[in-house]
Amino acid sequence: MNMQNPEGYTTADGRQIGGVLMEMKNITLRFGGVNAITGITFDIREGEIRAIIGPNGAGKSSMLNVISGFYVPQEGEVWFRGAKRPPMKPYQVANQGIARTFQNIALFEGMSVLDNIMTGRLTQMKTGLLAQAIWWGRAQAEEIAHREKVEKVIDFLEIQHIRKTPVGRLPYGLKKRVELARALAAEPKLLLLDEPMAGMNVEEKEDMSRFILDVNDEFGTTIALIEHDMGVVMDLSDRVVVMDYGKKIGDGTPDEVRNNQAVIDAYLGVSHD
Amino acid sequence: MFYRESGDFKTTYTEDSQTFPIKFDRIRYYAVLAVAFGVIPFFINDYWANAVFVPFLIYAIAAIGLNILVGYCGQVSLGTGGFMAVGAYAVYKLMTSFPEVSIVIHVLLAGGITACVGLLFGLPSLRIKGFYLAVATLAAQFFLVWLFNKVPWFYNYSASGQISAPERDIFGIILTGPNTSASAKYLFCALMLLALAWLARNLTRGAMGRRWMAIRDMDIAAEIIGVNPLGAKLSAFAVSSFFIGVSGALFFAVYLGAAEVGESFGIQKSFLVLFMVIIGGLGSIFGSLAGAAFLVLLPVFLKNVLVGMLGWPTDLAAHLELMIVGALIIIFLIAEPHGIAQLWRHTKEKLRLWPFPH
Repeated sequence: MNMQNPEGYTTADGRQIGGVLMEMKNITLRFGGVNAITGITFDIREGEIRAIIGPNGAGKSSMLNVISGFYVPQEGEVWFRGAKRPPMKPYQVANQGIARTFQNIALFEGMSVLDNIMTGRLTQMKTGLLAQAIWWGRAQAEEIAHREKVEKVIDFLEIQHIRKTPVGRLPYGLKKRVELARALAAEPKLLLLDEPMAGMNVEEKEDMSRFILDVNDEFGTTIALIEHDMGVVMDLSDRVVVMDYGKKIGDGTPDEVRNNQAVIDAYLGVSHD
Repeated sequence: MFYRESGDFKTTYTEDSQTFPIKFDRIRYYAVLAVAFGVIPFFINDYWANAVFVPFLIYAIAAIGLNILVGYCGQVSLGTGGFMAVGAYAVYKLMTSFPEVSIVIHVLLAGGITACVGLLFGLPSLRIKGFYLAVATLAAQFFLVWLFNKVPWFYNYSASGQISAPERDIFGIILTGPNTSASAKYLFCALMLLALAWLARNLTRGAMGRRWMAIRDMDIAAEIIGVNPLGAKLSAFAVSSFFIGVSGALFFAVYLGAAEVGESFGIQKSFLVLFMVIIGGLGSIFGSLAGAAFLVLLPVFLKNVLVGMLGWPTDLAAHLELMIVGALIIIFLIAEPHGIAQLWRHTKEKLRLWPFPH
């Protein structure tokens, strides 16, 4: 497997991975005197499932926040689809086709499941205030067109039965799925998942893994995910970045990473004598 | 027994997303409209118009406006009285400056002017939230009242400092001034409320409403899924102020006829409309109507019962009314924070299953 090839590579299970979709070049992020991320470089290729792992406090979530525009790094460049990205507000990043889910579920509790997923389409809904106030015509047609797309996502994630339920009444596992649905509804080029399996039991983890693989398979969506369950990470992902104390200590296929001495040291500890 | 969805199949997304998905609700809605426009105008007299219907209709418009801002977008505002004053003084200046233009256009323009003012005072909301925003809008309230008192141009240099609405008509029917008939006042306000409530429903059911609600429920997540917080908050301020401006214009031109800013549009008015929204139900158009009806009817009801039937002195009844309203607000905040609209929703959910709840 030749990962330096700019044209892409073929994974172990025979999927064809394309060129570079997103590239982080030498990213450094500081909070006051604390370096959350120090000089990290890695890329995400089209169609792959890329995992970011590391012990607690390694800077994984900060990395995701840099990608989604929530933090602006002090140094380094973010390249997306072959162009350097200027400092952007998160909603502008979303408009570029990057969607994400959150470590702590961030759904809109006052709205129904359907409305929550419809918010995922907001980046594509363009009718103005006046057309919406009149409703008949453009606004209604747009609403129906997007409703159809959302219904496809609802079918895909098997949540038809809770369509009209207020989100606040749902159990945890379903909330996670609705959050994934909201991100998917945006039809993103790059999907960021921040601990999609946190707090789930084995069956729920299996369901979620299946959905992640299906999303990647059916829509060709590039996925970057953070996860603590090593079994899940090693099974799902094509390539893994390992972080520790804000630095990159490993990068490669799951097998390469598993045998990397620095990674083993970071996870298991190393004696200092 | 008639109130259920079974057998009422929706085959298109349009049908599925209609305002009243249950047939019984739709029939009831048309029945209310038929009574409101086909029956009441023929029987209404001056007492009913001035004491009940016209203030209810006008406060309902203001409550819908404030509900868009507080209930849907989650931005607290205590400047309602001030924005109503902007609507009133705008319509007054327009009526006296361009007497030949229709009063309907003046009222809508007054709403537009208030929307611009609201936009301006909405700018701090981008930086501050919650209590601090409430205080900032409180500043708007006091500043606007002060402005309309201080600058004589706004009240056309009248000696008393009051503004009074000149007589205006549309198609020969007098709508403002002392000679307006009760049914004309009622119909004008009712049509305005119907049109504006429909606009509000359209705005809140679609993409704009979801942007507002997303900002209300979790502003950080909203921004990350692609909602521009600047656009969402400012549009909520503008739309809300438009509604409040129209209601202020109607309050002055149709209901009061003559107004003095501190008395008619003081801080009490801001609180009154806010209580309507809270008691009626945050984030609900129906709740705005229910809250307005409740707070307009309660004093009338108490006065009729206590003074009219039991023969209590008027001042005692007035004090008791204050105590009851205050107690009700506290009870609602504790027992049902989502107001009358939520009680109504629970009733409907129960009704759907009645009489076979299992």
